[in-house]
Amino acid sequence: MSQDETPLRLHVPEPTGRPGHETDFSYLHLSRAGEVRRPPVEASPADTSDLAYTLVRVLDDEGDAIGPWAPEADAALLRRGLLAMMKTRTFDARMLIAQRQKKISFYMQCLGEEAIATGHALALRQGDMCFPTYRQQGLLLARDDVPMVDLICELLSNERDPLKGRQLPVCYSMKRAGFFSISGNLATQFVQAVGWGMASAIKGDTRIASAWIGDGATAESDFHTALTFAHVYRAPVILNVVNNQWAISTFQAIAGGEATTFAARGVGCGIASLRVDGNDFLAVIAASRWAAQRARSNLGPTLIEWVTYRAGAHSTSDDPSRYRPSDDWKHFPLGDPVARLAQHLRRIGAWSEEEHQKAQSELDAQVSAAMKEAERYGSLADGHLHSPAAMFEDVYKVMPRHLEEQRRQLGLVRKG
Amino acid sequence: MPAMTMIQALRSAMDLMLERDDNVVIYGQDVGYFGGVFRVTEGLQAKYGRSRVFDAPISEGGIVGTAIGMGAYGLRPVVEVQFADYFYPAYDQIVSEAARLRYRSAGDFFAPITIRMPCGGGIYGGQTHSQSPEVLFTHVCGLRTVMPSNPHDAKGLLIASIENDDPVIFLEPKRLYNGPFDGHHDRPLVPWSQHPLGEVPEGYYTVPMESAAVFRPGNALTALTYGTMVFVCEAAARETGIDAEIIDLRSLWPLDLPTLVASVKKTGRCVIVHEATRTSGFGAELAALVQEHCFYHLEAPIERVAGWDTPYPHAQEWAYFPGPARVGAAFRRVMED
Repeated sequence: MSQDETPLRLHVPEPTGRPGHETDFSYLHLSRAGEVRRPPVEASPADTSDLAYTLVRVLDDEGDAIGPWAPEADAALLRRGLLAMMKTRTFDARMLIAQRQKKISFYMQCLGEEAIATGHALALRQGDMCFPTYRQQGLLLARDDVPMVDLICELLSNERDPLKGRQLPVCYSMKRAGFFSISGNLATQFVQAVGWGMASAIKGDTRIASAWIGDGATAESDFHTALTFAHVYRAPVILNVVNNQWAISTFQAIAGGEATTFAARGVGCGIASLRVDGNDFLAVIAASRWAAQRARSNLGPTLIEWVTYRAGAHSTSDDPSRYRPSDDWKHFPLGDPVARLAQHLRRIGAWSEEEHQKAQSELDAQVSAAMKEAERYGSLADGHLHSPAAMFEDVYKVMPRHLEEQRRQLGLVRKG
Repeated sequence: MPAMTMIQALRSAMDLMLERDDNVVIYGQDVGYFGGVFRVTEGLQAKYGRSRVFDAPISEGGIVGTAIGMGAYGLRPVVEVQFADYFYPAYDQIVSEAARLRYRSAGDFFAPITIRMPCGGGIYGGQTHSQSPEVLFTHVCGLRTVMPSNPHDAKGLLIASIENDDPVIFLEPKRLYNGPFDGHHDRPLVPWSQHPLGEVPEGYYTVPMESAAVFRPGNALTALTYGTMVFVCEAAARETGIDAEIIDLRSLWPLDLPTLVASVKKTGRCVIVHEATRTSGFGAELAALVQEHCFYHLEAPIERVAGWDTPYPHAQEWAYFPGPARVGAAFRRVMED
């Protein structure tokens, strides 16, 4: 080494905040509400470059909806959205307790991220297909035609579990609600969503796909693959990246978020991209509609980075106080999506504290009733499960000989 | 009946299925305009259009992953991985997704996809154009793994695979694309037009899944094999004069156990032959099955002839490839007891 050269050093990103040290959220590069332009849906991907580095926001600190992205959304729709968010949060809180009571083996909440999935669900149409991760329960809970009891039965793995006890809690599948089967393997569904969208285009259909991934999972190869295929075939798909800043204990910088954005990856692949306040329900609706309209008009895919914060633990197996400040969410500049929409609705005279309390009581009762009903069908803990014989079904469409034999070996079916 | 090469037979199967079922789509690297590096999809894009037959980016994970999504939509994708040696980037999609989708969703979704992969050696393909990775699929619950050994079976088995609602790994021994090959690399290639199994019906027919074929009836021993090794076993029987019953598995897993068991019970001796490496190869499963089901009928230890436990070499191809001399020696050994 010559003397004028400094030794190379490996750079390993670190979050500014650790237990006992406050996070410096200036890395987020926020924009003011109403500040970011809204291009026509026909915009070319390259013309969205600036949008990938700024932040689409509608609700300001006072709760007013301002700027070009303020959606046409009447008070009834927004109230529906608020209730869907509150329902999701109430559901999560109750299931967290059920896990602590050992009624369910595992749970993952979406605390703080409720606006994204519920708002997006309201922007889609019947027949569109979402390819969610394990943190988009809001897609289901935003829909009135999805009984909570079915979801809880899956969580309890009981004899009414639609998935027959085969899946971990939270890994729902509900085709009729446009909700693809959740897999434990990260990112795989992101490219499958593109394939679903391609199929819709091949058949001359009008339905679109919606793909979901977290910030951490964007490092998986299927993220890159999905963007390439979506771009190449101009697939009618919305590519949602939920940047909640954390992948279990790993800060988003270690996923490649340092000094850049996940939305920028979209532009780099030739995909129109937006970076949106994920805690602003109105911005979620507006951006989701914009992307859906692009997809439905054969204008191709859209990538949306939703900037939010994972307010809760990663899962019931996780203790975030070991790797981040315990009061981090309080300092997150984009706040709480429920509080922000409630503030807006109050401001336009479409909501009141009394209504809020009443709605919360009703949701508490609704979730408790659903829990009670689901528990009537048993739980993993009390052994009221699907028969072990069901374990051998659905591996193939028709059970092959070797599985029939193995089922016999378990003593469940007599020979001959 | 027209004579077809295996390439033509496979193309005929896809042509027919594209015609019969609007939901069949075909794509992969170089598969569209160019017609595939082995010409298997030649002319299909011109006939059916770019929305049914098209080129794909070089991304095995993307090809299989999008096919799963299309399958979930209701299409019936037939996708190609250019060489079986290059499926590895798609393994997560194959194992974690395609194979398990029906199970984990309790039938809510499933993946009726066929993944075609040219496989096998004997072509101086070296390390990454010769592999036989079948055991990496047979080990995965939820997959069907098949491998034809001739044009007739190739067409019927591919049609059956495309129609099947389970994900099918369709392995094509590229050494057999243009003619049967018995391991005598120093002799001129005999084209399929001079072999009875090169006669292929033009219309629709299937070779059912989970059905093995008695390729050569015999009484002395049972050779369990598939792909190129079917012809190597035939040469070994001819050259040793041992009356081997050669079973072409065709469906590797799930397989046709009764046909295997009936043959070994009849002959009392069993030699398992495959190109893939030996240790934990598919032959180990076959040996275990034969031992479990035919123990009291066996008159000699079960023999396995396989590729050595090394990567597939280039220059040492014929020392690696289990040719008729090695197979014949195993035939003689099991007859000694």
